[in-house]
Amino acid sequence: MAKPLLEFTDRGIYCEQGRFYIDPWKPVDDAVITHAHADHAYFGHKNYLAHHLSREVMLYRLGDINLQTIGYGETVVKNGVQISLYPAGHVIGSAQIRIEYKGQVWVVSGDYKTEDDGISTPFEPVKCHHFISECTFGMPVYTWKPQVQLFNDINNWWRVNRENGIATIIVGYSLGKAQRILQNLDLDIGKVYTHGVIENTNEALRRNGVLLNPTERITQASVKEEVRKGIILAPPSAVGTPWMRKFGPYSFGYCSGWMALRGAKRRRAADRGFIMSDHADWDGLVSAIDATGCECVYLTHGYTASFTRYLNEIGFNAREVHTLYGGEEEDATITEKEEKEETAELTDRKEMV
Amino acid sequence: MKAFAQLFLSLDETNKTNEKVKVLKNYFATVPDTDKMHMLALFTGRRPKRQINATLIRHWAVEASNIPAWLFEESYHVVGDLAETMSLLMPETESSSSKTLTEWIAEINALADKTEAEKKDWLLQSWAMLDSQERFVFNKLLTGSFRIGVSQNLVVKALADVTGIEAPALTHRIMGKWMPENYTFDQLVQVQTASDDISRPYPFFLAYPIQETSERQKSAADVAAALGDAEQWQAEWKWDGIRAQMIKRGGEIFIWSRGEDLATEKFPELHPFLQALPDGTVLDGEILSFRDGKPLPFNVLQTRIGRKNLSKKILTDSPVATIVYDCLEYEGEDIRSRTQAERQSLLEGLQSNSAYPEVFRLSTLIDFNSWEELESIREQSRAMIAEGIMLKRKSATYQVGRRRGDWWKWKIAPLSVDAVMIYAQKGHGRRADLYTDYTFAVWDGDKLVPFAKAYSGLTDAEINKVDYFIKRNTLEKFGPVRTVKPELVFEIGFEGINKSTRHKSGIALRFPRILRWRHDKPKEEADTLESLTAFLEE
Repeated sequence: MAKPLLEFTDRGIYCEQGRFYIDPWKPVDDAVITHAHADHAYFGHKNYLAHHLSREVMLYRLGDINLQTIGYGETVVKNGVQISLYPAGHVIGSAQIRIEYKGQVWVVSGDYKTEDDGISTPFEPVKCHHFISECTFGMPVYTWKPQVQLFNDINNWWRVNRENGIATIIVGYSLGKAQRILQNLDLDIGKVYTHGVIENTNEALRRNGVLLNPTERITQASVKEEVRKGIILAPPSAVGTPWMRKFGPYSFGYCSGWMALRGAKRRRAADRGFIMSDHADWDGLVSAIDATGCECVYLTHGYTASFTRYLNEIGFNAREVHTLYGGEEEDATITEKEEKEETAELTDRKEMV
Repeated sequence: MKAFAQLFLSLDETNKTNEKVKVLKNYFATVPDTDKMHMLALFTGRRPKRQINATLIRHWAVEASNIPAWLFEESYHVVGDLAETMSLLMPETESSSSKTLTEWIAEINALADKTEAEKKDWLLQSWAMLDSQERFVFNKLLTGSFRIGVSQNLVVKALADVTGIEAPALTHRIMGKWMPENYTFDQLVQVQTASDDISRPYPFFLAYPIQETSERQKSAADVAAALGDAEQWQAEWKWDGIRAQMIKRGGEIFIWSRGEDLATEKFPELHPFLQALPDGTVLDGEILSFRDGKPLPFNVLQTRIGRKNLSKKILTDSPVATIVYDCLEYEGEDIRSRTQAERQSLLEGLQSNSAYPEVFRLSTLIDFNSWEELESIREQSRAMIAEGIMLKRKSATYQVGRRRGDWWKWKIAPLSVDAVMIYAQKGHGRRADLYTDYTFAVWDGDKLVPFAKAYSGLTDAEINKVDYFIKRNTLEKFGPVRTVKPELVFEIGFEGINKSTRHKSGIALRFPRILRWRHDKPKEEADTLESLTAFLEE
């Protein structure tokens, strides 16, 4: 049997024929990046390849890197291996990476979400022989409600808070959820204010040509009474900080797929937990894997063991693979890591009210 | 049941006490009286009798969810709550039902004499007519405890606001063995006398710990600074038994445990002395195993708790007596508002008239003149088979619930050993999907022998770190249990230690818990089984 086109190494997913890695976590020469989240786009590689829409965010987050970007459907050839990107629907600029060599097709999903969120280019299934998939929410207890319903809840909650004269603070990661929330809020209710960390990402995306709804960065000059009528978009790192307490009285809502479970919701101790994820739910995962028509699916992160077993039982050829990507098991760490980054920024720029 | 489902959802949707009270008040204001009583019963731990056993419910839930049974089990371990797991796994329905909480509970109770097939039909139909939130609370009714993150205090506060009756009075009125089928809302809000329900206990008064953390023991000087003049206080040993309220009214006797379980039948040794008390007497004390006038360690008493039939052997091996320390009702009068000293002297009078002084014992007051003296007396606690010392202000009234101020417990430092974590299991509720339940081991030669399980003692941040470690250092998985690479060392505190034939280590601990994470200790330096058994001789 010929050597597989992609292999799992201690640096990341490696294509020996094309001499490049996908989302490697240790420094390499050539890295193809699915999306700009910190657990996929690491610092220290010589050359990066990613989607156009990841460009500014990656430059903002990783500094002066050697970055080549391409569009969805475009192909780059390395040593005879064709590399092309397809939308993953996870966050703006997120891509599945399709690799083809001598008629063998592999697809690396990165992180993905099957529902159209109105801001990320919607997920597209790609036919392949081998599919490397995440399964962050690969348990049947995770099923998302349609986004319309979710944002009705969020907008109603904001409206009621405004009527009651209390501030509304909605918490989600600065790349992905923040923009998804922003684009789906009912701006007739009021203005959208942003924490500096989120606004920096928004600015990067706007430089990239993404049309985002208007936002106002919270600065020392912001007037508390005005801010209280609007909605404040804040990153998880802001929860419980003096920055946040200054807006009191407030109601704060936390947006995450983990909010689907009461236990996780109670641990977070948010006033409201909104079930919002940039990952596919159980049905999304199963249908996405099915749509690839793949011979073999490799599960990288999430509830890999049970999801693999289930897929094998219903007739797929599934294997469990260990990687360092975030997922169920790493949730706490990723959170901590991102929060550290964000807190560092926050203190640097002194953007407190 | 919509209102009840909404109540649950709304309580979950806020983290603020005032909001929760508002939500509860709103519920009381909008539902029929019978629903109010059912809700009160559920929120105070009086759930309807289980009519379908949990295994069958699970089995039918797997069928209704259309997934393999193992995946259902895995899901349960992730969710950490059976009722919630079932409601998440069943297909969404569009329908919903207009039956009230009272009607649903009546249906559940009516299952008692149905066949298994009838029960199944009823259950599958019921699931199909409920939306997911209703289904969740419905499953809770069928299966589980109502631990919902709302204390009974909050419920009582809301009820007090709605009815205009003071909270302590309400707390008292919802004590005892009532069920919503035989206690109406009207009865609850009417002015009551003790004769309404002769079995009804008073709410227990609970002491506050002087020692709030295990980091450092409080000294006599700390106690003096906090409590003032020693003259104003009485001291007695803190006995390690079962807290109980003993009632003699209308010729009948009742023994209530602190968990509001009626335990009269479990302690036949106490019956003669209680029968001999004057009607209208309520005592508060501790039930312990005694031999030759000396209390025995708690584990001796433990052998008879939970037994349905008290065999002769048990009664001989573990005879009980009670150490009484308070009198709440005297000659039919509620005397809780009198001072500690007055109640004490009435109690002493009752005891001196009793023909059963071996069983009806008094918690004798400790003679002391200064906090320093008491501190040194406290050192004898373990020899006295006591957990430490109780301090009660001589002017204290008998209050409701855990209150700071007049009753304090000054416990001795726990015994402790450094142990290695070797197994972990996921927790429930707030701790669902996190590894929070650990098994610890000590060295026996070059082997690690498990000797205790502990669930509490770490902060949330520490739990996250331990969880992170466990997920990356799992050696084997047995169902929900993971064997963890032995590496992390913790200091385990416990109140007592006894020989046990049921445990591999040959010992059983009382109240094991994590005192702290010993980052500084490599696993090789954890304690040995020898050092642990050495405590047995002390």
